[in-house]
Amino acid sequence: MSSIVLAILALLSLAIVFGSILGFAAVYLRVVGNPLVDQVNSLLPQTQCGQCGYPGCRPYAQAIVKGTAINKCPPGGESTIHALADLLDVDPLPLDAEHGVEKARTVAYIREEECIGCTKCIQACPVDAILGAAKRMHTVIADECTGCDLCIEPCPVDCIDMLPIELAPTSWYWQQPDNLIATDRSVLVQSTSRYEYD
Amino acid sequence: MTDIFLLQGGIHPPQHKLQSSSQPLRTLPLPSQLILPLGQHVGALATPEVAVGDLVLKGQLIASANGTISASIHAPTSGRIRAIEQRPITHPSGMSGPCIVIDTDAQERWLDITEPVDYRQRSKADLLACIHQAGITGLGGSSFPTTVKLSTEASITTLIVNAAECEPYITADDCLLRYHSAQVVDGIDIVLHLLGYPHCLIAIEDNKPEAIAALRAALQNRTDIDVVVIPTKYPSGGEKQLVQILTGQEVPHGGIPADLGILCQNVGTLGAVADAILQGYPLISRITTVTGSYVGQPGNYRVLLGTPIEHLLTATETPLDNIERLIIGGPMMGFSLQNIQAPVIKSSNCVLVPDTQELPWPDPAQDCIRCGHCEQVCPAKLLPQQLYWFAKAHEFEKARQYNLMDCIECGACAWVCPSKIPLVQYYRFAKGRSQAKLVEKYRSDHARQRFEVREQRFLQAKVDKINRRQARITTAAHQQAEKTNHSQPLSSDKLPSVNPVLQLKQLKTAVALAQTKLKKATQALSDAESMQSLSRSKLATTVAALQAGLAQAEKQFQHQQQTMGLDPEREKSLKIAAVKAQAEVRQLQRTLDDVEESGRTASTEQLATAKTLAKVARKQLDIYLQGDHKT
Repeated sequence: MSSIVLAILALLSLAIVFGSILGFAAVYLRVVGNPLVDQVNSLLPQTQCGQCGYPGCRPYAQAIVKGTAINKCPPGGESTIHALADLLDVDPLPLDAEHGVEKARTVAYIREEECIGCTKCIQACPVDAILGAAKRMHTVIADECTGCDLCIEPCPVDCIDMLPIELAPTSWYWQQPDNLIATDRSVLVQSTSRYEYD
Repeated sequence: MTDIFLLQGGIHPPQHKLQSSSQPLRTLPLPSQLILPLGQHVGALATPEVAVGDLVLKGQLIASANGTISASIHAPTSGRIRAIEQRPITHPSGMSGPCIVIDTDAQERWLDITEPVDYRQRSKADLLACIHQAGITGLGGSSFPTTVKLSTEASITTLIVNAAECEPYITADDCLLRYHSAQVVDGIDIVLHLLGYPHCLIAIEDNKPEAIAALRAALQNRTDIDVVVIPTKYPSGGEKQLVQILTGQEVPHGGIPADLGILCQNVGTLGAVADAILQGYPLISRITTVTGSYVGQPGNYRVLLGTPIEHLLTATETPLDNIERLIIGGPMMGFSLQNIQAPVIKSSNCVLVPDTQELPWPDPAQDCIRCGHCEQVCPAKLLPQQLYWFAKAHEFEKARQYNLMDCIECGACAWVCPSKIPLVQYYRFAKGRSQAKLVEKYRSDHARQRFEVREQRFLQAKVDKINRRQARITTAAHQQAEKTNHSQPLSSDKLPSVNPVLQLKQLKTAVALAQTKLKKATQALSDAESMQSLSRSKLATTVAALQAGLAQAEKQFQHQQQTMGLDPEREKSLKIAAVKAQAEVRQLQRTLDDVEESGRTASTEQLATAKTLAKVARKQLDIYLQGDHKT
């Protein structure tokens, strides 16, 4: 009988000890916010363009964590979708064309002689990449521009162009060799010729 | 004699060195045009210091280093700047880059160069600055600015002079040692002086007996410099491999030899250092091996930097048509050049024009048979096969974990691969892509930071606005409370106000307020009438009440005016005078800003008078309002 009491007491005391540890941990070691949102956000391209339908990358990250589709980010494209799929352990989807298509990265360029200095693009730029003052010519800090297109819409004189970033020898790198296998070559020739006859 | 630690891995490809090393060192005829790319080195592009049409002298600075990791460029001969424009550059991409083009005048007029003082009398900083100004970069092929390497903070105990030249075909360093070994030894002395006299090892492969003999002769039994003859094996000349062969130590992952107290310099670089410090000559030429079965006169040539490859080929009697491939660098680590208009640059140690028998195009790749030969020859002790799978599957993160970045791209793995897989190309691709991804990641993190800071700023502005508004409301409430306290005795209309002017103002506001209210109510009433609204009668009563209120307010106001003895007409005229005077002052101020220095004094006097007048007018008005109404 006493052994049962002892056992109950022992379990009870253990429960109290561990319960209090957990209780303290819940208060003092609390993780503020959802760390998954940060992880998702760090995979998004941070153009803050809003093409996904959310007012920035973080809101979209929050929505993704809540279960929104991961294929709404055209600037990130396929690689972002794959990274997100890996992180969240879901199937990668093709990019949702409704939100736009994947384009090469661009940079905004202000045709300075046409700029009237209205400051509207400065207010629109999510990363403060446009420099200028009222009634003074504006210019884009090309290194900071994310190519989000948000400055195009507010410009009253349409003096902003989105230029593709030209490949320079410094940013160039070797391409993957096309690993053509000798036996593949003949198969390729045969298959194309057969296709032509059809 | 120093012990040698044998290189792990490595291969023994056919040497082909005699084609060029059997010939003497020759000088190329002067080309009609020199093309000098602004980016011949690792780091930032040089900044042009000349304009199109300028005459330049031999050795004159034409582009200066842009920061520490950059190198300046000098005119290799005298002539006129023809253009500063995009030209095909010596780069595997086949792209164009900014170049300075010089039309040579065949006069070889040198810039005045003062005889330099003995380097032992000069400070370290001065010597480093001199080497930096001479535009010297690693001539072994790395093109890394030499000053950066020499100004290391680490204490160097061993200087390794790299004369291994392990790659097939290339004999440029061999040739330099055979003809200019004394100059190289001078360069070694200067670098030893800079580094505080560490021990010096000159590493040279045993396939260059003439160069070894020349070097020994130049050294004359010196004890502080050892010539270490190492067995010929590719890639012994790699910096990290050479460190391992000579010291048995491994350069740590992601580190440099300086972490071990070791500094490596190529012999060509040391020759250039000697030229710069002892003669004052900048780096304007180099020894380049021109070789391959296709070349008519193979050999080593002293070539001016910027010489178009086309000129180099014509001068060496190489037929320009039917060139199958043209390789810059050696057959192992070089790259195919796509345009023969591209020039010889600081890093061009070899121009190889083989025929198809000698260096056939690689066979199509087969599947990997997992033979493991690549792993055995890898001098960096990596797992080439594993890296190949990762690169092929675009798993760059994993490839990095398997130390992809430690690959020196020597090509030994691809050389032994029985399936002819272009392994090095895969590694180059994986390195490039993974580096590009890192840059992208950095950019997006940076953009996020900027975005967050901006959001924070907007939030702060909003909070500030609310706070300011709250503060305004509180002060207004205070003032209202004070006002009611003051106006209580006034409401009896008997007691005199503390300040009649203030009271007058308040009454005026009350009149204006009543007028606005009445106007609005009248408008609402007319709207209601037109719409046959039910609230008409109620609105009508309100309008009547407001009319009565307005009448009373006006009466009070007039009463106050009378008690104060104010005359509205007089007040108005005084006000107009004051405003006019003020306007005149402003006008004069503006003209004064516009006029030239000469006419200034007259305008200043005018302005002063106007200011006094304005002050008088303002004072009159104030006095009048303050109660002295008779003036």
